[in-house]
Amino acid sequence: MSAYEKIATYETLDFAAFFASVTEDRIRYALIKPSINEEDFLCLLSPQAENYLEEMAQKAHKIALNQFGRTVVLYTPMYLANYCVNACTYCGYNSSNEIKRKKLSLEDAEKEALAIRNQGFRHIILLTGESRTHTPVSYIKDCISLIKKYFSSISIEIYPLEQQEYRQLIEAGADGLTIYQEVYNKDTYKTVHPKGPKSNYQYRLEAAERAAKSGIHSVSIGALLGLSPWRQEAFFTGLHGQYLQDNYPALELTLSTPRIRPHKGTETKIYEVTEKNLVQAMLAYKIFLPRAGINITTRESAEFRDNLIPLGVTKMSAAVSTQVGGHSIEDKSTSQFDIADGRTVEEIRCAIREKGYNPIFKDWEPF
Amino acid sequence: MDKLQIGSTELESRLLIGTGKYSSNEILPQVIESSGTQVVTVALRRVDITSSEENILNFIDKKITLLPNTSGARTAEEAVRIARLAQAAGCGNWIKIEVISDNKYLLPDNYETIKATEILAKEGFVVLPYMNPDLMDAKRMADAGAAAVMPLGAPIGSNRGIKTKEMVRILIDEMNLPIIVDAGLGAPSHAAEAMEMGADAVLVNTAIASSGDPVAMGEAFKLATEAGRKAYLSRLGPQRTVAEASSPLTGFLR
Ligand code: SF4
Repeated sequence: MSAYEKIATYETLDFAAFFASVTEDRIRYALIKPSINEEDFLCLLSPQAENYLEEMAQKAHKIALNQFGRTVVLYTPMYLANYCVNACTYCGYNSSNEIKRKKLSLEDAEKEALAIRNQGFRHIILLTGESRTHTPVSYIKDCISLIKKYFSSISIEIYPLEQQEYRQLIEAGADGLTIYQEVYNKDTYKTVHPKGPKSNYQYRLEAAERAAKSGIHSVSIGALLGLSPWRQEAFFTGLHGQYLQDNYPALELTLSTPRIRPHKGTETKIYEVTEKNLVQAMLAYKIFLPRAGINITTRESAEFRDNLIPLGVTKMSAAVSTQVGGHSIEDKSTSQFDIADGRTVEEIRCAIREKGYNPIFKDWEPF
Repeated sequence: MDKLQIGSTELESRLLIGTGKYSSNEILPQVIESSGTQVVTVALRRVDITSSEENILNFIDKKITLLPNTSGARTAEEAVRIARLAQAAGCGNWIKIEVISDNKYLLPDNYETIKATEILAKEGFVVLPYMNPDLMDAKRMADAGAAAVMPLGAPIGSNRGIKTKEMVRILIDEMNLPIIVDAGLGAPSHAAEAMEMGADAVLVNTAIASSGDPVAMGEAFKLATEAGRKAYLSRLGPQRTVAEASSPLTGFLR
């Protein structure tokens, strides 16, 4: 069974009816089990489980402490280009938006990499929009080979690739893939991805698996919470993660919980996701997949991020600019979305230490 | 004096500690001190020799024996590469082989571990393989040149104690190498239990690092390890499973 088929088996589930049937006993039962199954996971995502957030938090905290200890890895994204042929209705880089487009030359990319390295970062994520013309795989590969010397870990957050293309980038020095399905509900997926290659739901969904087959070390997945009712989206994200973990046991899995942020461009119907909701999703992830890391981006506010740390956060972005050349180049592009935590690296490190956790810059290198 | 010999090194402390999960590097020297440990394991994946503040090695006293580990390795080949890098980075010639290709439970891959042990022992490393407690595999590791074997008590980070007790006991009985119980020891009593059974040493990370007071917990593990060792050396009274008959039943046989 593929991840696509696994998710499809739950598409016909009447979520409303299931949630209506969840009793408090059922939630308490899920909370005392040493490991939980798909049904327990769904119970922990139910509206009734909101009454058990503290119990869930205690459990998630304990799991996280045992599995990962008191450490949080810091990383930052580096935008290579914002050319894009897609028209995602929630993104400022949408091809129909009149924005300033830019692509870093190899020289600029090295300059940007150095500026990031000088802030202390050893883990970065390279981003592009989807444009095989402006940012072909060969260009991304050249960038990786060029800046590899500055970093111990390079992840890519780019358009989905073929298996052998992932292989090429891994050989050049990439070790991680971040790819958000954005929304697992197929109908909504179609509405928010009206044109361009990204409208192919299945191809995107199976990208993480293609990278895993190519031997990538880590994969980060997530749903952009707010595009569709979040409880179901969180459930599908968990299923996708479980599928990857079961089939590619050597893979290091991270789950992200991005909430949609203000950006330039078209209107999208947004389902409310409160801070409480995000916490519930995150705790349910931790209890369902104890070995999966949790990533919290600067889409969330400084204070909220700090409070999330003891709940199982393993990775945080810092000093983020969502502009191409944002760290070093004067003539920057338009940003992809507005960030909410604008603190400096040093400020974030201090905040993590204050919570009794160890901010670390290096946690991996491909050996 | 009752010393533990690994390779050509003699150790007084039988407690080895990990460095991976602490809230800060600054606390490490105090934990090392309170635990009395002489061997500290460090994941090379986390060592950043280019940064003075981040480099965990700067927080470990030079008189401590470093036991770099190959955490992150999924194959023998990767483990070998990490070991060589560790040596090149000045971490000495001890290496804990950790080959894990199961990220869900973090269980070691004995087969790949044996292969890495063989290559590295030949290169002169003092090799300590982390393993699933299996007698045949332990023998293969010994044949391959391991200086000790490190069977797990329970999965990493589980704090569950010695769930593999019967298998570890067999290793203790059958092997002529030091047996260091690694992973799963969640409380000082677990360490004492391992030592009472006759294990030569224990390695503890999560239980100390994630406790409320790692410095005090380090000391608690030190005392427990010593108590367990002393109990073992004093030959514990045998446990009786059958009540002893109060009067002899064979007294008529004159
Ligand atoms: S989300 Fe990505 S693919 Fe979609 S428009 Fe923005 S940059 Fe392009």
